[in-house]
Amino acid sequence: MNNSSNSTTSSPSPSARRLLSHTLIHSVLILAAIITLIPFAWLLASSIKTSADFFTSVFLPTGTGWGGIAWDRLTLVHYERLFLELGIARNLLNSFFISSVTALGATLAASMGGYALAKFRFTGSSIVTSIVLAALIIPAPLLLAPGYLFIYQLGLLDSYTGLLLPAMAPAFGVYLFRQAIWNSVPDEILESARIDGAGEFRIFFTLVVPLMRPMIGAFLLITFLGMWNNFIGPQVIFQSPELFPLSVSINQLKGVYSQDYGLIMAGTVISIAPVLCLFLLLQREFISGLTAGAVKG
Amino acid sequence: MKLCATSSVKAAPWLFLAPFLLIFGAFTAWPLARSLVLACQQTFGPTNTVFVGLDNFRFLLTDPLFWTALQNTFVYALSSVTLQLPLALGLALLLNRPSLRGRTLYRLIFFSPSLVGLVFAGIIFSIIFEKRTGLVNVGLHRLFPIFDLDFPWLQNYVMPALILASLWMYVGFNMIYFLAALQNVPRELEEAAMIDGANAWHRFRHIILPEIKPVTSFVVLLSLIGSFQLFELPWALLSGPGPENRGLTIVMYLYQTGFLTNDLGYASAIGWVLAVILFTLALTQQWFNRKETRS
Repeated sequence: MNNSSNSTTSSPSPSARRLLSHTLIHSVLILAAIITLIPFAWLLASSIKTSADFFTSVFLPTGTGWGGIAWDRLTLVHYERLFLELGIARNLLNSFFISSVTALGATLAASMGGYALAKFRFTGSSIVTSIVLAALIIPAPLLLAPGYLFIYQLGLLDSYTGLLLPAMAPAFGVYLFRQAIWNSVPDEILESARIDGAGEFRIFFTLVVPLMRPMIGAFLLITFLGMWNNFIGPQVIFQSPELFPLSVSINQLKGVYSQDYGLIMAGTVISIAPVLCLFLLLQREFISGLTAGAVKG
Repeated sequence: MKLCATSSVKAAPWLFLAPFLLIFGAFTAWPLARSLVLACQQTFGPTNTVFVGLDNFRFLLTDPLFWTALQNTFVYALSSVTLQLPLALGLALLLNRPSLRGRTLYRLIFFSPSLVGLVFAGIIFSIIFEKRTGLVNVGLHRLFPIFDLDFPWLQNYVMPALILASLWMYVGFNMIYFLAALQNVPRELEEAAMIDGANAWHRFRHIILPEIKPVTSFVVLLSLIGSFQLFELPWALLSGPGPENRGLTIVMYLYQTGFLTNDLGYASAIGWVLAVILFTLALTQQWFNRKETRS
């Protein structure tokens, strides 16, 4: 099956060549995998070491324990401080809250909008479609200053609404759902449901949504992740620390406790572990969502 | 009865579109229009504004900080296309063998860094690149004892540090796109070329590369657009623009002027320059694609 094994020049035997190229490919891949994983391992190790051990050992502190590691010197003190003294639970909940609400709202608005553009013929549909396409190239930073000004004028600064509402109209999502619904929802089932007297919203929620389940799952994940990792939005809109998500609070923590590496690393572990776990559970949806735009578009 | 049904069908698409259109109109279309006016104003905070015409743009031309930001951003964008993407394609080519053992695991590992938010990645790397205690210096010093433990990544080698961090984040992400494209290359084409005696390089150059061209041009555009909007990674990595503004990017400068110096007008002008750069890139890509399909 291997490509390079079938070449015409055949000084060594084909099976030896195949073995060699296999070993070579795996060595490169394993090296790349190690480089990718090392920062994670180091992050995790640094978060469970005391400050003294941080300066004297690269990964885990060496000692007389199993595997030559001083297991008894490992500590959860940084995590305890984050939860008990610095109230990071609040930031964690904020991150979950703003990411879930954004994901639900954006997915609902985008799937309904995409459905309208894919399956209805109405005056104005081509204009709306062009607007959606044009909006894809508006760079988000351009809207930062005027968006902030508008949210200020609405009196929504320093509120969840000020951050969440603007995030619920993703033109990109409308475009994705339009393509997906166009391709995978047959007109006939919509027509026969209408003949049976089903209302338009019932048709959408009981026929279209179930057919679109993989796409909906992927888009929920992507928007959740986007808001979880969003820094500039909450940084600009929120002023009260009790509203801060992890992205803003951990960055602030780094400013205040810049030398307390263990504490900062523990805070970062808390910030990235939930999305990594979510990804491990749902990786198929994630990747299909990411490539949907590229392959179909 | 019949009439009622058709009119509900007529209203239905607008009802489905309503949430999107209302929010989009208020929080994207209106601010976009407003930014044109704002770019011609000097402001201090949201309330004090003076109309200055095109002075903001005139000032941008002679603003040394803006040119520094522009230069840094260009260097970063160029590196992301010339380093990230070839590495991503290389990994995808290695992984594109159905018989390869551990394929899913490799893909999972390579992709995982792109889930880490840019701020968090910046914070992690700010400690990884520390002098004396950081993983990079300690690791390199252990492997090659002549390597200086005090190598000043975050002081004098800001751009290399930034590029290395971005490689960690994005090589696996771009690999996913290349892998999806490679899986669509018809096996028969490659097998036919193999029977004709084409070696691996020739097959790559004359069969695989042309087949994946649409996805490649999409990935190039995507990573250029992303690179030009770089902000959080250097901001967290350097706790600001870095020594002598070596890590200052266009969007970082926009953020600083808009929200630290409180001139939302000047920030909007910077935003428009960024937008024009990105429009130009997108149009160039379109033009390239059209030329390709014609020839």
